[in-house]
Amino acid sequence: MLKVDLAVIGGGPAGLAAALEARKNGIENILIIEREKELGGILQQCIHNGFGLHYFGEELTGPEYAERFVEQVKKEGIAYKTSTMVLDIRPDRTITAVNSTDGLIKISAACIILAMGCRERTRGTLNIPGDRPAGIFTAGTAQRFVNMEGYMPGKKVVILGSGDIGLIMARRLTLEGAEVKMVCELLPYSGGLTRNIVQCLEDYNIPLRLSHTVVKIHGKDRLKGVTVAKVDSNRQPIKGTEEYVECDTLLLSVGLIPENELSRGAGIQIDPVTSGPVVDERMATSVEGIFACGNVVHVHDLVDNVTMESITAGRNAAKYILSCKDTRSVGRSIKTVPGHGVRYIVPQRISDLENIEELKLFFRTNDVYRNALVVVHFGQKTLYSAKRQKLAPGEMETVKLKSEALAELVCDTSCDELKVDIEL
Amino acid sequence: MNYDVAIIGAGVTGAFIARELSRYDLKACLLEKEADVAMGTTKANSAIVHAGYDAKHGTLKSKLNVRGNQMMERISRELDVPFKKTGSLVLAFSEHDLATIKDLYENGLKNGVPGLRLLNAEEVIRLEPNVNPNILGALYAPSAGIVCPYELAIGAVENAVDNGVDLKLECEVRDIRCTGDIFELITGKGAIRSNYVVNASGLQADIISSMVQETEFSIRPRKGEYLLMDKTMGNMVNTVIFQPPTRMGKGILVTPTVDGNLLTGPTAEDVDDRDDVSTSPSGMRRIMEEAKKLVPNLGFRDVITSFAGLRAAPDTGDFVIEASRKVKGFINAAGIESPGLTAAPAIGEYVLELLKEQGLALKPKDNFNPIRKSIVHFRDLNDNDRNELIRKNPMYGSIVCRCETVTEGEIVDSIRRPAGAKNLDAVKRRTRAGMGRCQGGFCTPRVVDILSRELGIPPEEVTKKGLGSNILLGKRG
Repeated sequence: MLKVDLAVIGGGPAGLAAALEARKNGIENILIIEREKELGGILQQCIHNGFGLHYFGEELTGPEYAERFVEQVKKEGIAYKTSTMVLDIRPDRTITAVNSTDGLIKISAACIILAMGCRERTRGTLNIPGDRPAGIFTAGTAQRFVNMEGYMPGKKVVILGSGDIGLIMARRLTLEGAEVKMVCELLPYSGGLTRNIVQCLEDYNIPLRLSHTVVKIHGKDRLKGVTVAKVDSNRQPIKGTEEYVECDTLLLSVGLIPENELSRGAGIQIDPVTSGPVVDERMATSVEGIFACGNVVHVHDLVDNVTMESITAGRNAAKYILSCKDTRSVGRSIKTVPGHGVRYIVPQRISDLENIEELKLFFRTNDVYRNALVVVHFGQKTLYSAKRQKLAPGEMETVKLKSEALAELVCDTSCDELKVDIEL
Repeated sequence: MNYDVAIIGAGVTGAFIARELSRYDLKACLLEKEADVAMGTTKANSAIVHAGYDAKHGTLKSKLNVRGNQMMERISRELDVPFKKTGSLVLAFSEHDLATIKDLYENGLKNGVPGLRLLNAEEVIRLEPNVNPNILGALYAPSAGIVCPYELAIGAVENAVDNGVDLKLECEVRDIRCTGDIFELITGKGAIRSNYVVNASGLQADIISSMVQETEFSIRPRKGEYLLMDKTMGNMVNTVIFQPPTRMGKGILVTPTVDGNLLTGPTAEDVDDRDDVSTSPSGMRRIMEEAKKLVPNLGFRDVITSFAGLRAAPDTGDFVIEASRKVKGFINAAGIESPGLTAAPAIGEYVLELLKEQGLALKPKDNFNPIRKSIVHFRDLNDNDRNELIRKNPMYGSIVCRCETVTEGEIVDSIRRPAGAKNLDAVKRRTRAGMGRCQGGFCTPRVVDILSRELGIPPEEVTKKGLGSNILLGKRG
C-alpha cells in the first residue's frame, strides 16, 4: 500500500492547479494520477487560442496553458503517474489504480482531490432515429482525430448542437478543407460562448440554424446524409419542415456530463442538476477528506474558472491535511438555492462560516435574459444586486459576495438559505 | 478446394451447424457476406432463451425450442459464454389475459416445458417488486433465461474454426450452380465447390434457396426496435417480463441482459428492405409506452442507445428446416425467427441428421475439442489474477475503454483469435469496448489505432463494420 498525503485524480488543468496550490500550502507527499500518456488533460487537443485571458491576462492555446502548469509541477517535483487508470475509490480514501508497469496499485491517501473532468453526451442519449453508419462522432472525438492523430473524420459535415467544442470544430474542419454545411441547435439560442459563434461560424459563413435538430440519420455503411427539421417551442419537430442534407459526417456537440462513476463508488452525494458532487465553498464533497474541482463538479466554459476553483480546492485540501479536522463537522451550514431563472449554483452549501474570507457563487441561468437583475437573497435581506446586459445558459455567471454580505451570513443564524434570483 | 459441406450464413444458426459438423472428419466451410459473424438477426434480438411454452405443440419450433433450452447450460459451459437462467413471467392484466396464459401453460405442458406455474398477483410481486401492481397473475417459466446472442454465435464459430472449419468473411454467395453431384457457389471471392450446401442465410434464405430450386417459402423481414438502458436500471427486474402474446409475436418485453443492462422491445413491423435496421421516433415511443405498462418506473432518461433488428419471418409459420426434395444435397435451415436463438444448438443437431439422411458420411474425429475459452475479461478478475495477467502481458494493465474497463490485452486478443475481429464493431461485440456510457467517445481513436497496428493497415482503412464503413476519410492537410 502506497501512502500519500494527497492523491489528485486527474492531471488536467483542475488537478494540476489543485496539486500546485496544495504544495504551495505546505503539502509534500502528493501524487497526481493521469490516465493519458501526458499531463495536461483535454487541453492538449485544444490547439486553438483563447485560453488564459482571465487568469494570465494573455491569450494562449490549450497546450500552452497546460504547459505552464505541467512545468510548475515538474519544477516542484510533485510525483505523478501517467497512463494510469483509477479503478476504484473507497470512502476511507483507499484508491485502486492500474497501469502496465506497476500492475495494480493500492494507495492510501489522507486526502483526495477529484479532478476527472467530463465526457461528451452521445447519440444514444439523444435517441436520434435512423441508420447506424460510420461517420457519427462527438465533437471531442473528432477533435482528437484531427489535432492529435492527424486524420480527417470527414469531408462534408453537419454539426448538431452549438456547444463550444462543436463551434471550435466547425472552424477547425473548415480550415482543414472540409465543408461544414450547418450547425443545428435544438434551442432558440446557442449553448456556446458568443465569441465562439462570431469567430468560428460567422467569420466563415457557416449557418447556425437555431430551433433545428437532426430527425433522421441516413446511410448503412458510411453516413450519406441527415434529415434536419425545425422544432416548435416544445422542442418537437414540425411536420413539413424536414430537409435532407447530404453529408458524410455528423458531429455531436450536445453537452458535457461530469464523469462521476468513481465519485459515486466512493459514496459521494451527487447533485442531479450538475451531475457533479455537491460541494461547499471549500470544494469539499459530502465524504470526509475528499474534495473536487473543475469539470467533474460542473461543466465550465473557461479553463480560467477551472483554475480558480481548483486553487480553492488545493488550498482547503492542504488545510484539511495539516489540521486533520473533519471536513464535515463544521457546525451551522447554509444551503444555496437556485431561485427564479437559475438552473444551478456551485457551491451547493456554505459550511465553514467561521473561516470564510470570500465567497464566489458560480451559476447558470435556465434561459436567455436581457437587462435583468441578479439578486442574492438571504431571508428578508438582499446581499447582492447587479444588472447584467445578457444572461444565457451557455455562459457561466459569477457573483462575488463582499465581506459585509459575508458578515450577514455569519451573524443571522435564523436563516439557512442563500437564494439567487433573476429579476426582470 | 472441394468441400464436403458449405454453410451459407454465419449467424447463430450457421454457427451451430458449423460446430456440429466440426465434430466429424470432413471439410466444411462457413460463408458470410458481412465482415464479421453474427451480423444479421443474431446481432439484434431480445437475447432470450425461451422456455418453450409459446410455440404451438407439434411444430418444429416447439420441439427445437425445448431441446435447445435443455442444451443451453452445457453449450454455455463448453463455449465459455454467459447464460443466466433467470426464469420468465408472462403478465396478465385482464380476464382475457388470464385465459391466454392458461392456454400457454397447457401448451407448455404438452411441449414438455419443465416447472411451469401459474402465479397469483401476490406471488408475482414477491418475485418482481417493480412490475405494474395492477397485474392479476402471471405464467412463470423457471427454465427461461438470457444469453448474449452474438457472443454465443462467436463462441460457436471460434470453436468450429478451432476444429477445422474454414470461415470466409465478406464472401457473398451470388449464385449456385449444380453440376452433377457438386454444387458450385459463385461468391464475391471466387467459386467454391461443395458436395452439400446448407442454407442458413437468414433474411436472404428464400433468395439463396431459389438459386437452386423453385422455392415454396418466402421470408418477410419483420423489424424490431429496442431500447437499451443504463446499468443503473439493470436490477429493475430479475426475470424476463413478457406481456401476453398476440398475432404479431410476443410483444414488447423487459429483460435484464447478461451484461447487467436492461433491455426493452421489440416492436414488430413488416418492412420490404432486408437491410433496413433503422430506428424510428414512433417505434421508440411505442416501446417506452408498452414497457411502462409492464414496469412503470422506466423512462427515456435511462436509455443509453437504441437499435433495431430484422426477424426472418417465414410465410409458413414454422421453421423451414428440410432437405430439398428436388436437388439432392441442398438443405434449408430457413425462417429461423423466435425462438431461433434458443433453438440454434438443436437446429445444429437436426441439420446433421438431415445431412446424414442425404448420404453425408459422418465419421467422428478423435481430436474434436468442444471447449472454447472466452477472452479473459480484466473487469471480472480479482486483484491477484489481475496482477498475474499484467505481469505476463503488460497490455492488460492498459485500460482502453474506461466505461467498461476493457484493456488493450483484451482488444488485441479479440483481433488475434480464430474468427478474430477485423473492425471496430467486431471488437466492441467481443470486448464491450465502446458499449458503455460514452459509447466509444473516449476509446474509438485508441481502438482504431490498435486495429491498424494489429491488422497492418493504415488507420484510414479501419472500418466500423466492414466494406464502405471507413471511420476516417483521409489524412489531415
